Amino acid sequence: MKRSPLGRIWPNLTAVALFLFFVFPVYWMFATAFKPTGDIISENPVWFPTDATFEHFKTAMDADHFWTMVGNSITVTVCAVVLSLIIGVTAAFALARMRFKGRRGFIIGFMLAQMAPWEVMVIAIYIIVRDADMLNSLLPLTLFYMVMILPFTLLTLRGFVAAVPRELEESAMVDGCTRMQAFRRVILPLLAPGLMSTSLFGFITAWNEFPLALVMNKEADAKTLPIWLSSFQTAFGDDWGATMAAASLFAIPILILFVFLQRRAVSGLTDGAVKG
Amino acid sequence: MPTKEMASMTVQKTERPPSGPTEVQAPDGGPRPRGPRATPGRLAGLTPYLLLAPAIVATVLLLGWPLVSNGMLSFQNLNMRQFILHLTEWNGFDNYTEILTGEDFWRVTGRSVAFTAANVVLIMILGTLVGLLLARLGRKMRTLLLVGLVLAWAMPVVASTTVYQWLFAQRFGVVNWVLAKIGFESMADHDWLSTQYSTFFVVLLLIVWQSIPFVAINLYAATTTIPKELYEAASLDGAGAWQQFTSVTLPYLRPFLYATTFLEIIWVFKAFVQVFTLNEGGPDRLTEILPVYAYIEGMGNQHFGMGAAIAMLTIVILLAITSYYLRIVLKQEEDEL
Repeated sequence: MKRSPLGRIWPNLTAVALFLFFVFPVYWMFATAFKPTGDIISENPVWFPTDATFEHFKTAMDADHFWTMVGNSITVTVCAVVLSLIIGVTAAFALARMRFKGRRGFIIGFMLAQMAPWEVMVIAIYIIVRDADMLNSLLPLTLFYMVMILPFTLLTLRGFVAAVPRELEESAMVDGCTRMQAFRRVILPLLAPGLMSTSLFGFITAWNEFPLALVMNKEADAKTLPIWLSSFQTAFGDDWGATMAAASLFAIPILILFVFLQRRAVSGLTDGAVKG
Repeated sequence: MPTKEMASMTVQKTERPPSGPTEVQAPDGGPRPRGPRATPGRLAGLTPYLLLAPAIVATVLLLGWPLVSNGMLSFQNLNMRQFILHLTEWNGFDNYTEILTGEDFWRVTGRSVAFTAANVVLIMILGTLVGLLLARLGRKMRTLLLVGLVLAWAMPVVASTTVYQWLFAQRFGVVNWVLAKIGFESMADHDWLSTQYSTFFVVLLLIVWQSIPFVAINLYAATTTIPKELYEAASLDGAGAWQQFTSVTLPYLRPFLYATTFLEIIWVFKAFVQVFTLNEGGPDRLTEILPVYAYIEGMGNQHFGMGAAIAMLTIVILLAITSYYLRIVLKQEEDEL
């Protein structure tokens, strides 16, 4: 079926228009962050940051407690991801490899937990944490983030464990491995791509989390980056250059991880395991 | 592709033990005949539960308990005074009666439903169209569009909201400038966040912008799994492009579209972050949707009991949608479980 010239051009034109629509806000964030203030507050927009400057990044990074908050965000996120990986991989092994009563119920339970409306539970969580006298501490935040990403981690890893052929594990056990050793030496290495993609997804979720941090960690040195960013404009007035620099600093790790993830996540992991 | 290489490398590594058993036996030096199934039966029956225990305990304590506790709070008269003095004053269904007989709750619920519907309809229609466009494009243009989609998808929500505030800023905002240039001169100094509808418009654009990529990319991935033979058969039967779409593409994608629509409904219904960070439910509390309403009543105005009751009602609505969604998903995965 031959297409008319018009029929070949319009999809490409639409694609370019859509590309601009989706990229522009991201581009504008970076462009504004690098533009000198004179170019930001100009009657006609300056489309390209020709006189790039790091001044706005300096303003953002010199903000009070900035590095403390970077530390908080990293601590909370990394601890939550590591904990949920450890707990998740153990549970995933049971759910994927063993037959037992209530297995289906547990899976459905975790599926429900994955959809939990955390945004709507902030009041109860605030009161629980206040009664435990743990407001403005990183521990409750870490634990809640861990549970927030646990269902996804566990259910995804279950798929990865199930994809490892039983024969690999059994032949290791025939060769004298205990079940634990077989798991450590045979299954765990094959889970690497799964562990990678689930931990990146977990990282993104915890790094971006807003409502819980908003109610629990109000003190300046206990805040995480999303809270800092959302109040940045209030604190710095209409300094859009610095605000966009702050947004860029916050977004860059996630943008990098995401590009990375896109390449890794879609993997036919055990494609070669049995054939090879 | 690096993925494939990595996977095959790990596979080689793990396949070595069977061919060289001495390496495996060395660490514990255990005698070979012990065999794999030496564990006593009774203990083995408990193993799965022990492995699941940490995950279950964590979920019950940190997710189940707040849910129960939210339920309990909703039956209490808990305002600033009781909160500071740690008092527990039960007041039965008072909070619920007050909410359900008042006008506010119903107004906010209606608004939330309309808001969710507008967003989800736009996301699904535009997302599907972009996905189908991806399938039709040549390799280069597809990559270009995919890059744009992935960038918008990856942007952290709080960062996107900040950028949208800047795009729609009253002074020096690029949107107002463009509108003034193309003839809407009254828009030159328009304050988008000053009225209900224009604030909702910005939120809607933001949510649609950040949600289309998920739908479009997954839909495109799904179209690549449609067997080519189906199209060939359809065109042999004399089906035109539109008929091929309605008789092959659409039926094939229906389960996917169905599940995605419900996911989007759930996500948009609880879109707290976008609405709250853009304008805190303002102006005049006119853009509060249910989660924001619960937050402002509970945390902002310190009517914790009332807020918890609103949250409870919201959770019930969400639970109904979620269980419907799970039924769809479970039906599709029945054999896998």
